[in-house]
Amino acid sequence: MSEIINVKNVTYTYDDEDQRPALKGVSFSINKGEWVAIIGPNGSGKSTLAKTVNGLIEPDSGEVAVGGLELNEKNVWSIREMVGMVFQNPDNQFVGSTVQDDVAFGLENLGIPREEMLERVRTALEKVNMLEFAEREPARLSGGQKQRVAIAGIVALRPDIMILDEATSMLDPQGREEVLRTVKEVKEQENLSVLSITHDIDEAAAANRVLVMRDGQMIQEGTPETIFSYGEKLVEMGLDLPFPERLKASLKKEGIDVPKDYLTEEGMVDWLWTYVSKK
Amino acid sequence: MDIRFEEVGYTYQPGTPFQSRALHDINLTIKDSSFTAIVGHTGSGKSTVLQHLNALKKPTSGQVTIGDRVITNFSENKGLKSLRKKVGIVFQFPEAQLFEETVGKDIAFGPKNFGLSEEEGLEKARELLPLVGLDESFMERSPFDLSGGQMRRVAIAGVLALEPEVLVLDEPTAGLDPQGRKEIMDMFYTLYKEQGLTVVLVTHQMDDVATYADHMIVLEKGTVMKEGHPRELFKEAGWLSSMQLGVPSTVRFAHELEEKFEWIFDPLPLTTDELAQQMKDKLASKAGEGL
Repeated sequence: MSEIINVKNVTYTYDDEDQRPALKGVSFSINKGEWVAIIGPNGSGKSTLAKTVNGLIEPDSGEVAVGGLELNEKNVWSIREMVGMVFQNPDNQFVGSTVQDDVAFGLENLGIPREEMLERVRTALEKVNMLEFAEREPARLSGGQKQRVAIAGIVALRPDIMILDEATSMLDPQGREEVLRTVKEVKEQENLSVLSITHDIDEAAAANRVLVMRDGQMIQEGTPETIFSYGEKLVEMGLDLPFPERLKASLKKEGIDVPKDYLTEEGMVDWLWTYVSKK
Repeated sequence: MDIRFEEVGYTYQPGTPFQSRALHDINLTIKDSSFTAIVGHTGSGKSTVLQHLNALKKPTSGQVTIGDRVITNFSENKGLKSLRKKVGIVFQFPEAQLFEETVGKDIAFGPKNFGLSEEEGLEKARELLPLVGLDESFMERSPFDLSGGQMRRVAIAGVLALEPEVLVLDEPTAGLDPQGRKEIMDMFYTLYKEQGLTVVLVTHQMDDVATYADHMIVLEKGTVMKEGHPRELFKEAGWLSSMQLGVPSTVRFAHELEEKFEWIFDPLPLTTDELAQQMKDKLASKAGEGL
């Protein structure tokens, strides 16, 4: 499998008073078509790392390569065409006065001919299930709908990589679910690679691989199952405990022997069956 | 201090072509020293109700009684300042309202408006920082150099600095990491438990409602659909889902176990600890049957 993102030994310090590096020698790579989640508590460097991938931040040292191109002054615009980013606050990323104008904005900037632009906007809105809202004012949409429009704006540009920077953290549970579902669909249809920065257990579970950051360093890496089996340590990693893990902890307090491995809810029910029938 | 709504209605821009009814026929009581959760999906009227809790909005019909003050459409604005000291509101993303040069000055701003001297205000700020999980070294820092979670804490300290009797929280943990969410919710719970603070929490997080609240109000289309203890209201999972609301994970899983194992959980467990206690008995009795 070919690597689409390769970050090598990146260090970065913001120019503020306390001079602590936000990133300390971080290395990771993402394969084409892969979905990687980065987790870690607030302030661990996750968002800073995401911004180095499309050159919003220039690392103090280290190398970043995207789609085989080294990130430098010459390549930064080509790289930004490959990378679409959805940010945390749905209200801070709208420019158009209607949903379709907003999706068209990026295409206009690239000088795409009008006929093609209309077609791309329509297709993109269809993909995120927002076509019927094309004429609406973005301000009147729910949070989940706004984020889906933001995703359509990215899809219309046909990037190779989509970065979600806590894109669901300001949404209600329903909005969160609809955005996650949209990302899954779009990723498959468009053959995208996804990098999602998140505290949400469902979003992390959707990834092929989870990377854990802390104090500007990459401290763990594994499949969601491996990472989730860390149990109560997950809270320090900036994730909520999955429900079965919370229940396991409570059962343990009651003196009940629980399996050590990570259990899904289904796995938990299976284990209970065995427990009940064995006795 | 109780807050009572009687037949409250609120219409935006009444008598104009843009008139729209946000609230109607609302009756509810928020009891002194209670922890009340207000839930309802986006657009159900939660924010408009919230703005009536300290008379930021006056009802267009009916009346709101806040302590001994009665607010109607005809109430004058005189003396509302003291009311707003008693009912503190932490709005969504309150960190957007930080503006001072230092954290200390920002927290002291409210108390100064209510007559404290600069020195007294800063003293207040110094006392409050540990309560919101920050240490004294933050006093002299610029609020704009802090992380999102730290800014949120400073903003909350600014509201607590007014020593409100009622603390109203609009999605206070949105956008924070799980550790930060728990710390902040635990802090509110401690203020409620230990200092008898009345807390009103507007939230989408049903797990938080189950863990912290002793009273729950369900809003839909601008009016109260149901009011009661979360343990009672969460029994009606189907009804809640018709309101586009969920139930806490524990309740959902307990229902699943009831179906699969023909168990009955009574009373309805709201937290994993409560569920585990009841499961322990059931697992033990199953063991007995097998012998």
